[in-house]
Amino acid sequence: MGLNPTTIRADFPILSRKVNGQDLVYLDNAATSQTPTQVIDVIADYYQSYNANIHRGVHTLSQEATDKFEQARQSIQTHFNIRKSHEVIFTSGTTHSINLVAFGFGTLLGPGDEVIVSALEHHANIVPWQMMCERSGAILRVIPMNDDGTLDIHVYKELLNTKIKLVFVNHVSNALGTINPIKEIIDNAHKVGAAVLVDGAQACGHIKPDLQKLDVDFYTVSAHKLCGPTGIGMLYGKEKWLNKLPPYQGGGEMIHEVTFEKTTYADLPHKFEAGTPNICGGIAFGAALDYMNTIGFEAIGSYEYELLQYATEQLTQIEGLRIYGDNKHKTAVISFNIDSIHPYDVGTLLDKMGIAVRTGHHCAQPIMDYYKIPGTIRASFAFYNTKDEVDTFVNGVQRAVAMLR
Amino acid sequence: MTVEQVQDEIIDEFSLFDDWMQRYEYMIELGKSLPLIETKHKTDDNIIKGCQSKVWVHADMVDEKVVFTADSDAVITKGIIAILIRAFSNQPPKDILDANTDFIDKIGLKEHLSPTRANGLVSMIKQLKLYALAYQTQLN
Repeated sequence: MGLNPTTIRADFPILSRKVNGQDLVYLDNAATSQTPTQVIDVIADYYQSYNANIHRGVHTLSQEATDKFEQARQSIQTHFNIRKSHEVIFTSGTTHSINLVAFGFGTLLGPGDEVIVSALEHHANIVPWQMMCERSGAILRVIPMNDDGTLDIHVYKELLNTKIKLVFVNHVSNALGTINPIKEIIDNAHKVGAAVLVDGAQACGHIKPDLQKLDVDFYTVSAHKLCGPTGIGMLYGKEKWLNKLPPYQGGGEMIHEVTFEKTTYADLPHKFEAGTPNICGGIAFGAALDYMNTIGFEAIGSYEYELLQYATEQLTQIEGLRIYGDNKHKTAVISFNIDSIHPYDVGTLLDKMGIAVRTGHHCAQPIMDYYKIPGTIRASFAFYNTKDEVDTFVNGVQRAVAMLR
Repeated sequence: MTVEQVQDEIIDEFSLFDDWMQRYEYMIELGKSLPLIETKHKTDDNIIKGCQSKVWVHADMVDEKVVFTADSDAVITKGIIAILIRAFSNQPPKDILDANTDFIDKIGLKEHLSPTRANGLVSMIKQLKLYALAYQTQLN
């Protein structure tokens, strides 16, 4: 293993707290990741040293805040290998990013146009597009899923034709952890002239994507999935697309000139950043990326994969346990049920043992419908989790099952 | 026994346990003794809204007393509704309406439930009282 979990855990104060009298075992990282001291310090420093509104002020604090905010934009640009810094739009997160594109893209669509979604999506990558289709008259097509939690790429290729204008899929499924073949999806879409939006919320904390190499048209990220704060994220869009889309929200900052007759909009990225942004969040987002890059995404990926394999081996020894989406290409997410035991019961008892997991439909009801289940128990691991925690978790599941059977 | 007496009995039982795992074990046991709702009443209309797991409740009036039956697809939830039904079933509708639900706090149930389950608990109590109200109206 390339990383030392003991030193890493020391960076995360929350990991040493107790829950219900037990040591916290935090396995809900797909919902939100924890925040290291390095990022918490940046947040505190912002409010203690240079809190000010950005881009407009003439005073020193405003200039300092602006510099840091724009430096963060550059860190994000570098991390995701984005061509131009103004292709990085700060948003409140992936949901905001997707809504922004769905609002704008809808104005380019009309009856006769079609768009493609996948069966593996989070509701945030379904509902905004349904709203867009209602407004524009475009038709929504769905890439079906296979039993192992992968997408049926064969059907996807059959769905593609020149009517298709946009394809939206996640990089990684939040409910199952499946890593989708996005390069293949993007290349095939481009062949028929369709644009592609990839929801990177579940990938960004585990994989470092090269957005130029992927040639993706839009990519969305939430900072709280990669050790940053909530309420901040980004939309990457190719310049040509961002110039085509109308602004999503009006307000300050996004204008060039305002008169009551006609307002002209600011250039990228400000056109899409109306109002005072989450300045501190943006700066902390940059700091979170710096932190994770210091550890290294390759080391993170291989360590988490090892944890995933270990946890899978241990869990599958429990009688009647079924893992959903048990395929080779996944991040460290295990979505499972035991016989007909309700996931909610297991989650409740695990919480009493200090173990945090997610239960329910994970905002991905179509996947649950596919498996005909009300929900699953989802354990999602991060690079600061350990094999000892996996053992505690597996013992906890065994104890819960013994009580519930 | 009156509603209050049954509630005191439940409080006494729960005070015997040292930790919450034991209390959960006991709740699961109580769930097994729940008077089960008849299949014909297990309809979508009888599902209590606001619970993540499914809870069905039905009420009949027998000799001017409300008799509850219920079921849930989750074992712990079944235990919770069993406790509530034990406190309220076989009581005159007026007594159910007037009953306070302090015993829930006294056995520490509410604070030990996740927020979604605590909301479900509130919905369950509300539904039981609504049934009582409906039957009380009939009696008037």
